[in-house]
Amino acid sequence: MSGLRLADGPVIPDFGQGSACLRHNHWFCTSWVRANWGDTFQPALLQHIYLTLLAVGIGFGISFVLAIIAFRFRVFGPPLGAMSDFLYCIPSIALFVLLVPVTGLTVTTLVIPLVAYTLFVLYPNILAGLRGVPPEVLESARGMGLTRRQIFWRVELPLAVPAIMAGLRVATVATISIATIAAIVLYYGLGGPIFEGDQPP
Amino acid sequence: MPTEAAELVFDEATKVYPGRDAAAVDHLSLTVPAGEICVLVGPSGGGKTTALKLVNRLIPLTSGYIRIDGTQIGDYDVTELRRSIGYVIQQVGLFPHMTVGGNIGTVPRLLGWQKQRIRERVGELLELVGLDPEKDRKRYPSELSGGQRQRVGLARALAANPALMLMDEPFGAIDPIVRARLQDEFLRLQQELRKTVVFVTHDVDEAIKVGDRIAILRQGGTLAQYDTPQRILEHPVDDFVADFVGRDRALKALTLKTVGELELAPATEDGLPRLPADTSLRDALAIIVAERRDALLVVGPDGSPLGVVTREDLLR
Repeated sequence: MSGLRLADGPVIPDFGQGSACLRHNHWFCTSWVRANWGDTFQPALLQHIYLTLLAVGIGFGISFVLAIIAFRFRVFGPPLGAMSDFLYCIPSIALFVLLVPVTGLTVTTLVIPLVAYTLFVLYPNILAGLRGVPPEVLESARGMGLTRRQIFWRVELPLAVPAIMAGLRVATVATISIATIAAIVLYYGLGGPIFEGDQPP
Repeated sequence: MPTEAAELVFDEATKVYPGRDAAAVDHLSLTVPAGEICVLVGPSGGGKTTALKLVNRLIPLTSGYIRIDGTQIGDYDVTELRRSIGYVIQQVGLFPHMTVGGNIGTVPRLLGWQKQRIRERVGELLELVGLDPEKDRKRYPSELSGGQRQRVGLARALAANPALMLMDEPFGAIDPIVRARLQDEFLRLQQELRKTVVFVTHDVDEAIKVGDRIAILRQGGTLAQYDTPQRILEHPVDDFVADFVGRDRALKALTLKTVGELELAPATEDGLPRLPADTSLRDALAIIVAERRDALLVVGPDGSPLGVVTREDLLR
């Protein structure tokens, strides 16, 4: 008995009263979500939405300009496509971390990779939509005396809308998913609580 | 740019595509009088469509001139020129994202017409081409049949009351029955509108039916013959033209006249097959052959007998 000593207090810390769900370590506990909504989930969700909208918005703007350039001047099509493909090849974890020395622990660091990833989906979709206008429609438009600009705004762009919307849908979903990983560098968005929960105590 | 039917002149018009030795259209000279339909016909490679697109400058001329009412096409602003020329193509090319009304109103909108005026014009045109001015204007091109689409295409081309119409195989993609009806309606419209029309087709029968004059182009874009259908069928200038219009050109010539236009003998015999006066000589002959008769009774629209036409009358 000489080598053994009783602990002064309980070995397991007192976490207070948890629900039955928590105590039995169930897979998902709504009560826990409810308890932590105000201080954890709601702000994280809003940040996540903000991050997604910002990234998709900026990405759409850049993709739109690039797609118009490639549409007007065919030679730019392949290199711009290759560039957007290449950006998507960079692992997101690496890219977030690589940017920290450049832009610091800021939201900008999170947004730049997310924007880069949207290009991969948005640029080719916008370009394909613009190029997908049937040739006879363009010919009749030209024959009727629409100027180059009028053909773009009144014919090509409206007819590209379905392809553009499809691209936006995929880009948004992908961004929501990848934005979670952004929390590797900064506690921001829904990734924050996930990484925190994954830390050893 | 005139809005009344204009005279169109090709004067040594030539097109050589870059990188090609041979011309697509070679020193083409012909005059389409105001208010007439000129059909360009010929084998593929004859430059029919190229010649047509030279007029609204979708294809630039290499040399020579094209004049509309005496003014060279190069002297017009290209947009203005195109807006004042109706253009109809085989695949129609309606804007799929616009309603029928939106499509027809395209050029008037570009020209800055008032909304109310465009509305009225669209209704007027839909009625003209045999569509419903209220119901059909709200439909989308994907909801229309091929024949209806081409009607809308025609209405769209007519929207700003152009002086000149260019039609590139407008009925080429439509089944024969609807095509015949559209041709008839187009000719009826033309009676009313009297536009100057350049009409491209590869179908000799269509050319004969539609054209006031026919220009036959041969491979390499040279003009083989430019004449009325009657003269082309009766006096082809060379073997190429004779071959192109076909061995049955004498029969085709019979389609140009109706039995009502012949001098008819008074009706004496009873029991002859009755024939409306607007039947073509060719159809009359077909009936004589089929029924093994020597004569037919020609009747007016009200069914009253006008006289008798005999086999000899038809073959004369």
